[in-house]
Amino acid sequence: MTRVTSAQKIAAARAEGRPALIGYLPAGFPDVPTSIEAAVALAENGVDIIEIGIPYSDPVMDGEVIQAATVQALANGFRVADVFDIVAGITARTDAAVMVMTYWNPVLRMGVDEFSRRFAQAGGSGLITPDLVPEEAGEWLEASEKYDLERVFLIAPSSTPERVQRTVDVSSGFIYCVSLMGVTGARASVSSAAQAVVDAAHAAGAENACVGLGVSRREHVEEIGAYADGVIVGTALVAALRDGGVQAVGALAAELSGAAAHSDKELA
Amino acid sequence: MSTPDHSADTGSIDEQSLRHASGPYFGAYGGRWMPESLMAAMDELNETFEAAKNDPEFIAQVKDLNKNYSGRPSLLTEAKRFSAQYCDGVRIFLKREDLNHTGSHKINNVLGQALLAKRMGKTRIIAETGAGQHGVASATAAALMGLECVVYMGAEDTRRQALNVARMRLLGATVIPVTVGSQTLKDAINEALRDWVANVENTHYLLGTAAGGAPFPAMVRYFHEVIGEEAREQILEQTGRLPNAVTACIGGGSNAIGIFHGFLDDKDVALYGFEAGGDGVDTDRHAATITLGRPGVLHGAKSYLMQDEDGQTIESHSISAGLDYPGVGPEHAFLADIGRVTYEPVTDTEAMDAFKALCRTEGILPAIESSHALAGTIRLAKKLVAEGAVPEETIIIVNLSGRGDKDVGTAAAWFDMIEPGAADAEITGTDAQKAQEK
Ligand SMILES: Cc1ncc(COP(=O)(O)O)c(C=O)c1O
Repeated sequence: MTRVTSAQKIAAARAEGRPALIGYLPAGFPDVPTSIEAAVALAENGVDIIEIGIPYSDPVMDGEVIQAATVQALANGFRVADVFDIVAGITARTDAAVMVMTYWNPVLRMGVDEFSRRFAQAGGSGLITPDLVPEEAGEWLEASEKYDLERVFLIAPSSTPERVQRTVDVSSGFIYCVSLMGVTGARASVSSAAQAVVDAAHAAGAENACVGLGVSRREHVEEIGAYADGVIVGTALVAALRDGGVQAVGALAAELSGAAAHSDKELA
Repeated sequence: MSTPDHSADTGSIDEQSLRHASGPYFGAYGGRWMPESLMAAMDELNETFEAAKNDPEFIAQVKDLNKNYSGRPSLLTEAKRFSAQYCDGVRIFLKREDLNHTGSHKINNVLGQALLAKRMGKTRIIAETGAGQHGVASATAAALMGLECVVYMGAEDTRRQALNVARMRLLGATVIPVTVGSQTLKDAINEALRDWVANVENTHYLLGTAAGGAPFPAMVRYFHEVIGEEAREQILEQTGRLPNAVTACIGGGSNAIGIFHGFLDDKDVALYGFEAGGDGVDTDRHAATITLGRPGVLHGAKSYLMQDEDGQTIESHSISAGLDYPGVGPEHAFLADIGRVTYEPVTDTEAMDAFKALCRTEGILPAIESSHALAGTIRLAKKLVAEGAVPEETIIIVNLSGRGDKDVGTAAAWFDMIEPGAADAEITGTDAQKAQEK
């Protein structure tokens, strides 16, 4: 199996003169089969990279909407190993790059090597690790080399230049630029701090810097796309799935990616 | 009681001092397993703390507050009737942290960290609380130093510790009941961390126990080391010798690490930490993290953790809100692995029996948290005597970490002492009802 990487998808988007669109959904929300369908709907509506979050008991970087979704997934019996089936289910049906966003303890518990091996086997391209900093990532650096996985670490408006450099140096695929000081959740406007974080990542040598947190609308995608290599949308998609099911997720993805506008024009 | 099988390489503890371990790692434990967004604040805190520790002015400020505000040194009281009736005559000394201002050891850490917050120019402190003791102490320090204070408390705990909620509000703090997750201490910490990420510019997170990412474990211990230092001096003064053992209860582990610290390098002094065994460690309702947990990361540190096969945190259970936490500070995980400290569980029932025993023999009403240390001490004393120790030549110091006024409702219900029709909010909380159902 040839795995599609986030770096490939970002390069392809760049060649088309647009930022890559990255869409987040929690694994197993509302249940495992639906979470696969919803991710496929993302890919069919212009999302380049799919980010599947592993529901975790103590998600300190998540706001209410994602917390509620992951609580429900766990209540419905989600098990960490289900994420491999979900990843395999998506990669079998789309050409999107599939990443997993996970707090670190579930990976530690399974064993970093074991998790990485199974994840790579399922066709995943890499991990986004919101509570793992490079200082503690020794085991992950090793496993990601061994299984050829992308390592997406985060940088924030509060990151010092030294920390940005250190983080960029160990990242691969892209670097996740947190747009604001806060947790996940849709916001009316994109924080003005975002561009400075992206600039810092580029200055430190990052090829791909993508912006997440607070992004929920097409106009945000366009605004961020002017300076970043990719745009990450989470809460808005989770809320759409919660309220309108798979169809609503597809519709929102189409709107975010601009595909909706295109097809409107074609119809007109 | 069995010692857990923690296979780790056990470097000889004879060779080097265990005191003042600075972190960020304690053996394989500790570190900073937390979001990048908080790293700058953790660095700033670490630098501020390291500078303050070496600043005579800061040291003098802490000393002055400890003496003239908290009432330190706290007494070391020999519990003679408790010893005779419950401990087979082994001499028991109580380190009276219950006599500190606000009623527990928590004030030591809070005053120190509030001073650091001021040094960093922060105007707002946030804290988590379980029993409410740390919240009350934080609200107290905030009032004293003119800081804004927000306390996160699990909704379940706001009900079982209603008196402390009122106390915090009277002191000017905002108490936010946390309704997500299990609605107890671990979720209060999650919410506090979310607040901190969003407000780190002007806010210091005043963590209440010796857990969390570095520098919290070593820093919180530093402010509690005074407990062990005083106790060591006092026992030498009163008896002319060191104790055979020192005991403490373990929630996150701050009162324990504080008193242990004074004796870590006294190889002949045995150290015992008593965890909350809840309904028993053969049930799934307990908080015996070291006894039954396994290494993992939670709230910023690698340590023992109650978790399921998927690495999801398991909810803990204890009659004591202050011990009802599924994690434990990383230095304790290390001390367990190297065998320097023995950790054992104590059930709700054993703790409540010890609670009553101390009330009746010494006229001291202990916190239910501290009652776990008392119960473990009773067991230890009997064991030592059974093994041939001469009771009057055997000395145990118990860290009496807090007073039990906050627990009167729970205890009265447990012992079926509530007047029919009593309407006092203090003794009609959820926990009181729960205890009564037993
Ligand atoms: C009186 C008392 N003792 C002990 C504890 C447990 O905390 P730690 O293990 O950090 O000392 C608490 C916590 O609320 C407490 O109030």
